[in-house]
Amino acid sequence: MKLDREEVMHIAALAKLGMTEEDVSTFSVQLSEILESFEVLNSVDTTGVPPTAQPNSLCNVMREDAVTPSLSSCDVLANAPRKDGEFFRIHAVLE
Amino acid sequence: MTNPEQLTIHEAHKLLITKQVSSVELTKAVLARIQAVDSKVRAFLTVTEELALQQAAQADKRIADGNCSPLTGIPAVIKDLICTKGVRTTCASKMLENFVPPYDATVIEKLYAEGMVLVGKANMDECAMGSSTENSAFFPTHNPWDLERVPGGSSGGAAAAIAAKESFYALGSDTGGSIRQPASFCSITGLKPTYGRVSRYGAIAYASSLDQIGPMTQDVEDAAIVMNVISGHDERDSTSVPCDVPDYTKALGKDIKGMRIGIPREYFVDGIQPEVAGTIKTAVAKLEEMGACVDWDVSLPSTPYALAVYYIISPSEASANLARYDGVRYGFSYKEARSMWESIEKTRQFGFGPEVKRRIMLGTYALSAGYYDAYYLKAQRVRTLIRREFDSAFEKYDALIAPTSPSVPFKIGEKTNDLMQLYLSDVCTMPINIAGVPAISIPAGFVDGLPVGLQIIAKPFAEETILRIAHAYEQATGWQQRKAPI
Repeated sequence: MKLDREEVMHIAALAKLGMTEEDVSTFSVQLSEILESFEVLNSVDTTGVPPTAQPNSLCNVMREDAVTPSLSSCDVLANAPRKDGEFFRIHAVLE
Repeated sequence: MTNPEQLTIHEAHKLLITKQVSSVELTKAVLARIQAVDSKVRAFLTVTEELALQQAAQADKRIADGNCSPLTGIPAVIKDLICTKGVRTTCASKMLENFVPPYDATVIEKLYAEGMVLVGKANMDECAMGSSTENSAFFPTHNPWDLERVPGGSSGGAAAAIAAKESFYALGSDTGGSIRQPASFCSITGLKPTYGRVSRYGAIAYASSLDQIGPMTQDVEDAAIVMNVISGHDERDSTSVPCDVPDYTKALGKDIKGMRIGIPREYFVDGIQPEVAGTIKTAVAKLEEMGACVDWDVSLPSTPYALAVYYIISPSEASANLARYDGVRYGFSYKEARSMWESIEKTRQFGFGPEVKRRIMLGTYALSAGYYDAYYLKAQRVRTLIRREFDSAFEKYDALIAPTSPSVPFKIGEKTNDLMQLYLSDVCTMPINIAGVPAISIPAGFVDGLPVGLQIIAKPFAEETILRIAHAYEQATGWQQRKAPI
């Protein structure tokens, strides 16, 4: 599987990962190499084998919906790069 | 007493309860050792000297009141991926360079309740992605056995700190070998517990179906002592399993006569250093001599597919987990942007290092429309086959034994330009995370002065079996007593 320039840029856009032209060419080569190594899985017969999403048998884990104290808004906002009073501040969504 | 930092947890505990040493003395000795050697080893991202001395003084009060449990007053270092309230937690990433968690991880709460003294946070590969600690966004860590070599990774700072006696014990995390491979490279003990045995609440997520927190210690008894505290169900981690925690120290000091041990042949082929294979075979022969029933030719035929399964599943989960780094709520933020989307893209471009970006890209691709079935779903199906092979092996054997790493520690810079070679470094440890079973790495000898680790694997929640065999081997050989030449 070879990843060309357009595909790399498409994946970067999906991942919201900014990239230089140099990054695009590096990733095109490296990701192609790694994807090629995955082809070994095509030789495994997995007909009728169910997928494993995680290795223990727990399923639909529930707990009491009890009200407990949570972090104060001051603590929550302490690491915020930009804030405004009790809010996180973000850049304009619409340009 | 002289050089108390050289003690194990259990030795230090005996001296604490008999008042032959105080926690403040232990802590000062560890801090002095860090001061003396860490400019060479570079295991620490943060040293919490003032906090440690306060906590040690509190521990001494507690000990004076006759309330001293096995970890009270003992200095520890924590991999910088586990949240410590009020203490910077970076994940060795520029993205979290100034992140100060507003809460403690569950394992930290548990250790504090026992009187842990926190001396600092350990270096690692950025976001736990790597096998050499060279991917740290800040600096590489050096192996105390040979400063020109890597300590392994991703918990390389933690392993190096224990080998250099800069702390009594550490917590690491293991997604594909990140506790065991550095334990092997630094000749210490590292246990990856069963998936679900230890809460991950407050551990910065990499690949959630594989990640597990575990102890990194100087010997097997210390690993059992730490396991007693950190194990158990936590309703804040829905993958933690609600089953009883045994007293792991009760598994120690027993013989291994009649225990059934299997040697999977797939772990001894393709690219393994012959001297490493030889060292492991000598170790197994020792276990046989001690009374274990060894089957020298077991097969787990899907093992060769584990590498591909791992490098599809872990980046896929990582690409979802790392979507949270948007520069809005915490972490690095690109502030000069004109729009929200530009801010997010630039934040991630400048905040993440190359290996993290590579895995985000790989995972995003494997999960994207048109490729999900071919990559992610296929890998999950092969994962089932790998698990089933472990299940049937454990019907016949109490434990499986393999090398922890196919090689001794390599030179810093040696593999940085060869991705696939570096990824192969975890070839003996990844299948264990894929299956979710527990495994330990313990010292098994040296090749030209460089450490070799022995990996003991058992069925889910059979950590006691692992500790029993590991302890018997360690007591019979004494490899854990060798000290790194630093």
